Amino acid sequence: MVIALILALVAIGSVAFHLFNPWWLTPIASNWNYIDATIAITFWITGVVFTAVVLFMAYCVFRYRHRAGQKAAYEPENKRLEWWLAIVTGVGVAAMLAPGLFVWSRFVTVPQDATEVEVVGQQWLWSFRLPGKSGLLGTSDASYVAAENPLGLNPNDPRNRDNIVITGDDLHLPVGKTVKILMRSVDVIHDFYVPEFRAKMDLMPGLETRFWFTPEKTGTFEILCAGFCGIGHPQMRGNVVVESEADYRGWLQKQQTFAQLSAQKVMKDHLADARIGPEKGEE
Amino acid sequence: MSDVALGAGGTIPPAEVEDVELYHPKSWVTKYVFCQDAKVIALQYSATALAIGLVALVLSWLMRLQLAFPGQFSFIQPADYYQYITMHGMIMVIYLLTALFLGGFGNYLIPLMLGARDMVFPYVNMLSYWVYLLAVLVLAAGFFVPGGPTGAGWTLYPPQAILSGTPGTDWGIITMLASLILFIIGFTMGGLNYVVTVLQGRTRGMTLMRMPLTVWGIFTATVMALLAFPALFAACVMMLLDRLLGTSFFMPAIVAMGQPLNYGGGSPILWQHLFWFFGHPEVYIVALPAFGIVSDLISTHARKNIFGYRMMVWAIVGIGALSFIVWAHHMYISGMNPRFGFFFATTTLIIAVPTAIKVYNWVLTLWRGDIHLTVPMLFALAFIVTFVNGGLTGLFLGNVVVDVPLSATMFVVAHFHMVMGIAPILVVFGGIYHWYPKVTGRMLNDVMGKFHFWVTFLGAYAIFFPMHYLGLMGVPRRYYELGDAAFVPPSAATLNIFMTVAALFVGFAQLVFLFNLIWSLFKGNAAGPNPWHATTLEWQTPTTPPPHGNWGKQLPVVYRWAYDYSVPGAKQDFIPQNQPPAASLAT
Repeated sequence: MVIALILALVAIGSVAFHLFNPWWLTPIASNWNYIDATIAITFWITGVVFTAVVLFMAYCVFRYRHRAGQKAAYEPENKRLEWWLAIVTGVGVAAMLAPGLFVWSRFVTVPQDATEVEVVGQQWLWSFRLPGKSGLLGTSDASYVAAENPLGLNPNDPRNRDNIVITGDDLHLPVGKTVKILMRSVDVIHDFYVPEFRAKMDLMPGLETRFWFTPEKTGTFEILCAGFCGIGHPQMRGNVVVESEADYRGWLQKQQTFAQLSAQKVMKDHLADARIGPEKGEE
Repeated sequence: MSDVALGAGGTIPPAEVEDVELYHPKSWVTKYVFCQDAKVIALQYSATALAIGLVALVLSWLMRLQLAFPGQFSFIQPADYYQYITMHGMIMVIYLLTALFLGGFGNYLIPLMLGARDMVFPYVNMLSYWVYLLAVLVLAAGFFVPGGPTGAGWTLYPPQAILSGTPGTDWGIITMLASLILFIIGFTMGGLNYVVTVLQGRTRGMTLMRMPLTVWGIFTATVMALLAFPALFAACVMMLLDRLLGTSFFMPAIVAMGQPLNYGGGSPILWQHLFWFFGHPEVYIVALPAFGIVSDLISTHARKNIFGYRMMVWAIVGIGALSFIVWAHHMYISGMNPRFGFFFATTTLIIAVPTAIKVYNWVLTLWRGDIHLTVPMLFALAFIVTFVNGGLTGLFLGNVVVDVPLSATMFVVAHFHMVMGIAPILVVFGGIYHWYPKVTGRMLNDVMGKFHFWVTFLGAYAIFFPMHYLGLMGVPRRYYELGDAAFVPPSAATLNIFMTVAALFVGFAQLVFLFNLIWSLFKGNAAGPNPWHATTLEWQTPTTPPPHGNWGKQLPVVYRWAYDYSVPGAKQDFIPQNQPPAASLAT
């Protein structure tokens, strides 16, 4: 008796909690409304099934609870009913899978006009690289990583010279412009995750991974690491600043290229060596 | 004995297995310690699993305390927290659930339910337990080695699992991998036993399609485990070599803390494929025995045959087979070729169909039943609720594009706890309340049982149902503390405190359960041979608890399926499987 009531309350309470709790998807700031729509479809279908199954259970427990003289029916099988339920379930599953696969086909097809941005992960900070005037990103490898070259860019690749390197600072993106995020990690697995963009992907050492999106709202959005990467995992944060094309241009002007950074670093080390002498060693 | 007419079921072969005197244990040690009796091995497995499970329970309290009150406890540093989550996860999945369902329930129930005297290889069965115990001890040793246990997360993803930025990379990861290797060796010895016993050790008349669903579930799960664990075994050996000998199976050219390492050419994603080729079937290795057991609990306590038995069997087998081609749904955002997503999303959602059929059949078994709201039945009902809930959220995570925003968030944590944590554990409890009378001859205390049930069911639901919404909002998993995050409102901290309080209550209820287990051993009401009026063979043993050899002089002969409840025209509302056709009719 009590259990029948509680089961019904669990079903109704879960639906009520779903409707009235204050925790929900963050307001979306990218083009992936499709993902939110698929989530909504899935919530509807699964919500109806959950409520129906649990309420029916509650009804059965109430209606067929043991009382004196109660006797169970004897019905080993009911092929018709079983097949109907299987077919209805199949239709429900297809109703979730079809939009899911449709959206996925968009997700895996990067638009031709997307600009490339590289995200590089290391324990425990985010760095970024943008192509320079030539529009090309040069080659890179973890073996090139050094103090003056934290992203491991190939110093012998001329395409790297005008690449813009951003370490320890925010990534800026122009609003409304599709970006293809290329991702590398120089140490362990990380995951580039901005909740407002919905899309996320691992940074897999040894591989270059990618995904694309179009930022559709201006603002500052927090980057979290969603791939467990050791002790500093929760502190691996950064920001993406989505701004107007003009603001973006202004920001871009102030960034430095790989060639500039390398030259500065060489100069600084040179000065430091001159001041402190050879004992300082390499840093 | 010549052929006995069986009605619709065919004939019974004349073989008879004698109770051989030589085979019985002669000393205290061979009876209770190095024992070859599957029932004693089952209890050894269960006691060990519950003991290490208690450690996992305490770890869960600690991590919940940290999540509710971040930074308030000086003894929970980030390294500690990651060690807690890693050990909690691994213990619960492998050392508790797998060991308890297969080593515990499997050992106790397979021979008894099939009318066998024991497992077919009792000596190997004994070794299985002792190797398992060694695996548990090596695992627990991780807490005492320098640097403590590994904190790599239970998935142990390389490269971080063996690099210095992760806790426990000196010794902890080695004890973990060694323990897993031992566990798999021990399991293989037991698993071969369970499979061969089901195929070869059934008594006369016990056709495969007369086996209780408990046996079908454990049998299918065991076959799956024998196929899935080798992938983990190989992966563990490879990672050990990477860690100890500097090979590069999983290690590409990388730097650690700015220094290049002597690795190169390996693939971290290979580990993920091997791990999840094991890891996804593992979900069903835990779930299928639970499916089987809960089917029998519902049928027995609703006094009604399980609805659609044949469909239930094929659903178990179908789920088992399908579960081997869905593994990469754990890797949608790993950077593997994204086109795999189409295939794995499709297979993953297809598996929902046989799973849903099982749910319908459980509920339809209740429909028009005679439902006795015993403690095992309450746990079975709670299982359906939590399993349906967790199964449905699986449709979010399996549907590749929905997984993208939700993966690696608390939504995933909530999902898998509901579906493969809470749901199977509720079945474990239901099963223990159901079979304890057979094991000990006494009933578990009902008042304590009901208290345990209500706190566990409602408490666990209160922890994990709201947790989904934190993940939906974007709170990532495996965060020692979230810190300031603009997208998370302060109310989330209140929710975390609420979940922690619920977790502490649920934990307390488990202590009541443990007390009940011990108290009832001495003070419980006498149970008699068949307190639930059940049909299956384990309730028809000549003595309770059953002795070594189970059946005395004569093995039972089976005449019917396991679900003859409330048969029209029968004297009682159940007909045991070993009751000949003529005897069951009303006179």
